[in-house]
Amino acid sequence: MSRAAFWRNLARVTILCVVASFVLAPMLATVLGGFKTNAELRMNAFALPQDWNVSFYGSILVDPAFWRYLGNSLLISTGTVVLTLLVGAAAAYVFAQIRFFGSRMLFSYMLLGLMFPFATAILPLFIKVRDIGLLDTYWAVILPQTAFGLSLAILLFRTFFDQLPKELFEAARIDGCGYVRFFWQITLPLSTPILATVGVFVFVQSWNNFLLPLVVLNSREAFTWPLGMMQFRGEYVTEWNRTLAFVTLTILPAIVFFLAAQKYIVAGLTGGAVKG
Amino acid sequence: MQMLNTRTPRPARRFWHGARSSRLTAIAILLPPGLILFSLFVILPLTESGYYAFFDWNGYGTPEDYVGLRNFERIADHSVFHTAVGNTAKIIAVSLFIQMPLALFLALLIYRKTPTNALFRLIFFVPYILAEVAAGLIWSFVFDGNYGVTASIARSMGQESFFILADRDWAFVAVMTVIVWKYFGFHMMIYIAALQGVPEDLIEAAKIEGAKRPQIVRYVQIPQIRPAIIVSAFFAIIGALQVFDVIIPLTNGGPSNQTQTIVTYLYSFGLTRLKIGFGSAVGVLLFLAAILVAVFYQRLFMKGSRP
Repeated sequence: MSRAAFWRNLARVTILCVVASFVLAPMLATVLGGFKTNAELRMNAFALPQDWNVSFYGSILVDPAFWRYLGNSLLISTGTVVLTLLVGAAAAYVFAQIRFFGSRMLFSYMLLGLMFPFATAILPLFIKVRDIGLLDTYWAVILPQTAFGLSLAILLFRTFFDQLPKELFEAARIDGCGYVRFFWQITLPLSTPILATVGVFVFVQSWNNFLLPLVVLNSREAFTWPLGMMQFRGEYVTEWNRTLAFVTLTILPAIVFFLAAQKYIVAGLTGGAVKG
Repeated sequence: MQMLNTRTPRPARRFWHGARSSRLTAIAILLPPGLILFSLFVILPLTESGYYAFFDWNGYGTPEDYVGLRNFERIADHSVFHTAVGNTAKIIAVSLFIQMPLALFLALLIYRKTPTNALFRLIFFVPYILAEVAAGLIWSFVFDGNYGVTASIARSMGQESFFILADRDWAFVAVMTVIVWKYFGFHMMIYIAALQGVPEDLIEAAKIEGAKRPQIVRYVQIPQIRPAIIVSAFFAIIGALQVFDVIIPLTNGGPSNQTQTIVTYLYSFGLTRLKIGFGSAVGVLLFLAAILVAVFYQRLFMKGSRP
């Protein structure tokens, strides 16, 4: 029996290792590729480099454009997170806490964003952003991203706010605390778990977003890192090692951060679907 | 009103008097930002694409050249659009029949909470959190006929270098490989969460009655996580409708438009040529497809799955 269990477990781990190598091999080749000369890369994509050539990584790290791309992405993502949390939580609070005529209808209206892909509206969105004069600004990405993220954010926030004890509010009311102050001073501080979930989720989406920045950002000054990466790839078409170094440098910090926060990412992904 | 506490009638009355103005203030301050933002950047563009779709318009000035349904007719006659729809259908098929079973299989192997399992879970989840563009670039290296794996394999077999991404028949197979690589971890995570929620008693009971592992999986675990499977299939379908980022670095829709998807079609034939009317018409079709999927899904599964 235990011997059978041993073989079963061995088979299981073998399968897992095979899949894991399928997952990791391309990424490993990418990291290693950044250390190789092009000629060496051509000979063997997966072997360890003969000399660990750091000049390709180094030349990217001293390139101000690289840091500007990352900075732009960071600013846009942070802006989107802050705006989504504030605006989304405020609206969800009204839906959860205050009963008024048309509340249910407005709530359903705000959830419409869950129904369709972002790309359906991309052309009119481009025209709108251009006509408002926002092209090549951070707001061109932040505002539409926030608007499209609101549906999921409001859904998750509202579910959470509904579960907060009602007695809290009654007590605060008797002490003369109004709705707005209650939201700011009590609801928000009590909601850190859901704020973190939505915040991390929105951040990841924004950080990885490609289509919207591609459409509304034309100037290299404003490029986010995915656009910068494609630009870089275009400039060094024949030099894979530089591109691979660039990819590695941009994804490594993200992977570390995202793995640390994966709990929130999964919660955000599954939360909306299960409820809706 | 349910907040009115019957034991404190007197303060409560005063309380509600002041509460009304406080309520109105709260609604007036807290709701409009979200409402305006959402209407301006989601609902308005969406309705506008329904309007622009009936015009021939390059995006400058106001749309004046009303063409009726001609944009839609042109799309329906365009062979590239047929390819794009076919490719989207292929992605859906691969997601449902390869990716999801693979994800379920792996989830069954590692859903229990042990350190080894946690490590594998982490590894399998990495592709999902990678930006699509980065994933596409990495794989376009892997598939590069001069450098990557395909090159090494071809060389070891004594073949000339093979550019899979430039091959009309094989390029989309390569794209689908990348999609499976990128997203199976996501579906796996959904199943793992669901499998961990299956009561251990059920499994024990089945064991006592002599059920073997495959039977437990088939008759206990899979029926128990049915809602999760339904949800993940929904994500797979909606996700297939919006594939874009991965394609651009891999093939950019080529060779000769063999790897276009609906969204890359919208991008390359609507946006880059500034045919706003035409592109909007594609957007409308995409919207209708998404709504159809959502409605049918609701009808077919969501009601039935509720106990």
